[in-house]
Amino acid sequence: MGRASSKEDAGALFHSLRSAYAATPVNLKIIDLYVGFAIFTALIQVVYMAVVGSFPFNSFLSGVLSCVGTTVLAVCLRIQVNRENKEFKDLPPERAFADFVLCNLVLHLVIMNFLG
Amino acid sequence: MARSLAGFLVLLLVISICEAASLFQPISDSHRSAALELFTLDHGSFKSLEETYEALRTFQILGIEKKPDVTSAACRSISETVGSSSSTPKDLFYALKANSIAQCKIHEKASKGIISSLNAAVSGASSLLDFYYSVGGLVLIKDQSSNADIHLADAEGVFRSVKAFSQSDGRWRYSSNNPESSAFAAGIALETLAGIVSLASSELDQSLISTLRNDVSKLFDSIEKYDDGTLYFDDKLVDGREYQGPLSTTSSVLRGLTAFAAVTTGNINLPGDKILGLAKFFLGIGVPGDAKDFFYQIDALACLESNRVSIPLILSLSSAVISVTKKDSLKVRVTTVLGSNAPPLTVKLVGAFSSGSKDASLVESQELKFDQGSGLHILNDLPESIDVGSYTFVFEVVLQEPEDEKVYVTGSQTKAPIFVTGLIKIENSEIAVLDSDLGSVESQNKLDLAGKNAVSLSANHLQKLRLSFQLSTPRGRAFKPHQTFLKLRHESKVEHIFVVGNSGKKFEVVLNFLGLVEKFYYLSGKYDMELTVGDAAMENSLLVAIGHIELDLPEAPEKAPRPPLQPVDPYSRYGPKAEITHIFRAPEKRPPQELSLAFLGLTILPLLGFLIGLLRLGVNMKNFPTKPVPATFAILFHVGIGAVLLLYMFFWLKLDLFQTLKVVSLLGVFLVFVGHRTLSHLAAASAKLKSA
Repeated sequence: MGRASSKEDAGALFHSLRSAYAATPVNLKIIDLYVGFAIFTALIQVVYMAVVGSFPFNSFLSGVLSCVGTTVLAVCLRIQVNRENKEFKDLPPERAFADFVLCNLVLHLVIMNFLG
Repeated sequence: MARSLAGFLVLLLVISICEAASLFQPISDSHRSAALELFTLDHGSFKSLEETYEALRTFQILGIEKKPDVTSAACRSISETVGSSSSTPKDLFYALKANSIAQCKIHEKASKGIISSLNAAVSGASSLLDFYYSVGGLVLIKDQSSNADIHLADAEGVFRSVKAFSQSDGRWRYSSNNPESSAFAAGIALETLAGIVSLASSELDQSLISTLRNDVSKLFDSIEKYDDGTLYFDDKLVDGREYQGPLSTTSSVLRGLTAFAAVTTGNINLPGDKILGLAKFFLGIGVPGDAKDFFYQIDALACLESNRVSIPLILSLSSAVISVTKKDSLKVRVTTVLGSNAPPLTVKLVGAFSSGSKDASLVESQELKFDQGSGLHILNDLPESIDVGSYTFVFEVVLQEPEDEKVYVTGSQTKAPIFVTGLIKIENSEIAVLDSDLGSVESQNKLDLAGKNAVSLSANHLQKLRLSFQLSTPRGRAFKPHQTFLKLRHESKVEHIFVVGNSGKKFEVVLNFLGLVEKFYYLSGKYDMELTVGDAAMENSLLVAIGHIELDLPEAPEKAPRPPLQPVDPYSRYGPKAEITHIFRAPEKRPPQELSLAFLGLTILPLLGFLIGLLRLGVNMKNFPTKPVPATFAILFHVGIGAVLLLYMFFWLKLDLFQTLKVVSLLGVFLVFVGHRTLSHLAAASAKLKSA
């Protein structure tokens, strides 16, 4: 096994990952996109704080935690909606979505209060 | 002799613990000048007949000459009231009272009219004050008019009606409707009853009059006391408007008592101490600042000056400060409350006590010599045992004629505070510089503390400075003044003060410079010396500059304390200090606005990325229900979520948490209902698809 082969392996791994991912249902892809969006927003806020300093700290925390919180809720939704997941076979996806919406609303109420 | 003296001293000791020493002065010229200032005409006349009478009576008692404008103003208001047929009994009463002093003439016709209206008032009277004014008016007009035919109809009935207002505790009520009784009303009632007796004494049953004596003694049982031995009457404060105050209440009771005593034949047995206590109460006020209070005081004192109960005699001192050195004599005067002469009596000094000590008396009982010309009782030489300081002298007044004992009351003992001063002898004053180790004198100077001194000394830090002198009182005893200070002042105005201690007569202060080097801030140079010896009893208190001393102190080490900065003007240390301005917390540094806006834009970017990604994935709205009912629910669901997010935006911008929670709970309930309908519809649709 040489370095060339590890590079080839990495390339092959990447391709297989891409093709496998293409097979996932669309609704799961939407959720993944949402998660990516939330993480990006959090990263931009952290970069801003690194540039200007952490005053006011509560606003920074509020912003970052809203992104992180909504990411977590989205991941939970993805787990519950995924048809291949045996654990949540009996849970209708609409019910999971309703939970997702409700929890997001509560999270954002708390975030707005903490924002100041 | 010794045993009786010892017993006497024990008694004095007991009494000296009980009451404080205080002296009361009889009425003097300061009262007269105050009266002239207080009782002035307001635009040519007094405000009311009552005030007219009060002014006239005060001037009469104090012996102030009648001023023509006052008399004419009084006569004007009196004749107005007397001539008018609509005058109330109260107006007539005060007009006649004022007239008894002003002596204006009243026409025959007018006096006849007054008599008839007053008689009508008496028969129609129902309250105590009605009786007081009508009966009092009749008594006055009887003295003033030439027509001596004044007859009080049904005197006994009137007497009983007034007596009906009396209470069992000696107080009186004002009317049958008003249940509250007061001592002030009791005084008025006694005056009224005395008036009835003087108008128709032959018709009245003597037993009625004698029952009044019981009422008087019951009234005097309710007398109140202050710590300095003064007695007064006071009513309970029930109704603020009707409350009279101890001065007017006591004055009213005295007036009633003396009026009653003047018309009865028998004796009213009241202990003389109570009369004396009342006299002290009125004298203890000094000069009142209010015209009404002034009148009450002077009127009551006039009642005390000559009455048939007992006349109090007041002991006063011409000066409470006596100098031993000048050989002042103690001058005591005994007069009535208004300052008139007392009957023949002797004044004895029974004891003298040093203030603050409970030891036995310092003097033996001795009589004071009476000087006929000045009316003073004089003690020419103060006894040897009385030295400078503060004392309490105890006097006793003994009447010479035994019949006077029934007429006058003097009180058992009078305590007077006396302050004795004198020249203090200062002797053997000298200042010396001593060597620290051996104690030998290096240089010594005698001082003349009474005159000028300009001593010039020098010392270094290994030597001592000693200042000493002797103080003795005129009688030769040791004396410790309040202040004995030696002050050293450096050229740079830094001052140090030392207290000169004493043992017996000898006063000495030793400054050991070795120990004082640090206190002096290591400042060498010329120090001015100043001695202060002072006391209240010392007539020759002194503050003298002694001279100066050149002090040679070692150099100050690095960490020595610096002397405090002396202000140029020594009084500026009491001036205003520097102003303190509050330093607010500096606000945090904020980033520049462009940077913040740039990052705001950057934050929007991921959202755009999300939307573009959604489009690329090929999202569609195919699952949106088409039938109208589910469609509205779906729309409402989305609208509901949008409303909640909008509410959150308002929450951040201006609402508070409670308002938001209220609205969000309502929206939440709505959203849950609508959401449930929509999602269950969707679930049913997908289940149908699956089964199909």
